[in-house]
Amino acid sequence: MTAPAIAVGGLRHSYGDLDVLEGVDLEVAPGTIHALLGSNGAGKTTLIRILSTLLKADAGEARVAGHDVASAPAEVRAAISLTGQHSAVDDVLSGRENLVLIARLRRVPDPGAVADALLARFGLTEAGARRASTYSGGMRRRLDIAMSLIGDPRVIFLDEPTTGLDPEARREVWAAVRALADGGTTVLLTTQTLDEAEHLADRIAILHEGRIIVDGTLAELKALIPAPTVEYVEKQPSLEEVFLAVVGAKEMP
Amino acid sequence: MTAIADTAILTGRSLRHITRSPDTIITTALMPIAFLLLFVYVLGGAIDAGADRYATYLLPGILVITIASSVSYTAFRLFVDLQGGIFERFHSMPVARPAVLWAHVLTSLVATLVSLGVVVLAALAMGFRSSAGLGAWLATAGILAFLTLALTWLAILPGLTATTVEGASAFAYPLILLPFVSSAFVPTETMPGPVRWFAENQPVTAVVDSVRALLAGEPVGADLAVALAWIAGILVVAYALAKAAYRRRIG
Repeated sequence: MTAPAIAVGGLRHSYGDLDVLEGVDLEVAPGTIHALLGSNGAGKTTLIRILSTLLKADAGEARVAGHDVASAPAEVRAAISLTGQHSAVDDVLSGRENLVLIARLRRVPDPGAVADALLARFGLTEAGARRASTYSGGMRRRLDIAMSLIGDPRVIFLDEPTTGLDPEARREVWAAVRALADGGTTVLLTTQTLDEAEHLADRIAILHEGRIIVDGTLAELKALIPAPTVEYVEKQPSLEEVFLAVVGAKEMP
Repeated sequence: MTAIADTAILTGRSLRHITRSPDTIITTALMPIAFLLLFVYVLGGAIDAGADRYATYLLPGILVITIASSVSYTAFRLFVDLQGGIFERFHSMPVARPAVLWAHVLTSLVATLVSLGVVVLAALAMGFRSSAGLGAWLATAGILAFLTLALTWLAILPGLTATTVEGASAFAYPLILLPFVSSAFVPTETMPGPVRWFAENQPVTAVVDSVRALLAGEPVGADLAVALAWIAGILVVAYALAKAAYRRRIG
């Protein structure tokens, strides 16, 4: 088996008295899409921020692309890309200028050509010369993700990449993420929408009360609750039901 | 080397913000020019100096006000950067971390110097005249650039710590008012005891008196050393506080 792209062991973090991560263990295989599910405040963003070197863990170990996030943050940063919850786009610059800026910061040869290629790939060629502030939510997200791809990072973190997008824009983002993994990039994405995890992820981990309580493929997760009893119609459990069952929610919607 | 290249790239980015919204330069220069007009043409009649001479007397203090109003935009720009995700993007990239703040500082220097130029031109139109030679002008520019650097690092602090846009730029108000309790508008000898003591022992008076002497082609004397000491002191304290706030913010 190849070395994991992301390896997290016993990771802890608290904000003052509030323990957010209480010993997270997680492994993500290279070239796969791993979804991190959890309720609001479960600590998904905290975990992503630690893995992308924006935040220091209180305890535990985290290695990304073979480098320790605490002792070798520069090597980690060279290997990763982060698309945070708030779109990290410069509103005053045009879409193309945003891409050129990141390409220059990453010392990519011929930033202009890289920018044009990404604009074309994400359907933004026509909007490329317009200021990013004029973009729709979906266009901003696509630009944001396009900016994350510059320099071909081996690991990409997507923190709730489709929050606030309409279904069509969501599908566009899904296609882009799928294409990334097909190209060999490792993707760790957080989401609250369960069908997103169901559609995209090779493996799904559920973060609840500071720990990963379940980690497996969709089929493995579905096997966690008893097979449906056959009465009149067979009803396969949806991932949403699995999620609510394993986190121990009191009532079904 | 990469830190310098990163700083250059990021400075180019924020300078583009200014060329895209030149109103920040105009509004920066507008208030000092309004003060010039007010004092030269409205209040100047009651101040026994004559319009031309008063404009010349006034300009150094007005330039300090220009710097204070300009650096408040630096706090604003930094605040806006932090609100969006772009700061975190830079921090999660292989970008030298000091470059992110220094880009804002260099942009502030450039924007402020342009605003100062605009205000000097306006003052020339109102009768400001200087007998200073090239050396004195360069010395003036040097003092003002040094002051801008110090006040910019002071502005970085609210830019990093403010929770609202208003909070980020409000710190400039005391800085803008400080010249009024100095030798900028009237000689300190006319002020009552405690006010006079404050006016004579605060940094704006030393800076204003130095610049005024330089522009008049007169010897500067001890004021210059006092002014430079004040500015260096502000710079060291502001830089240390800004760095500490940055570490707290970034973690």
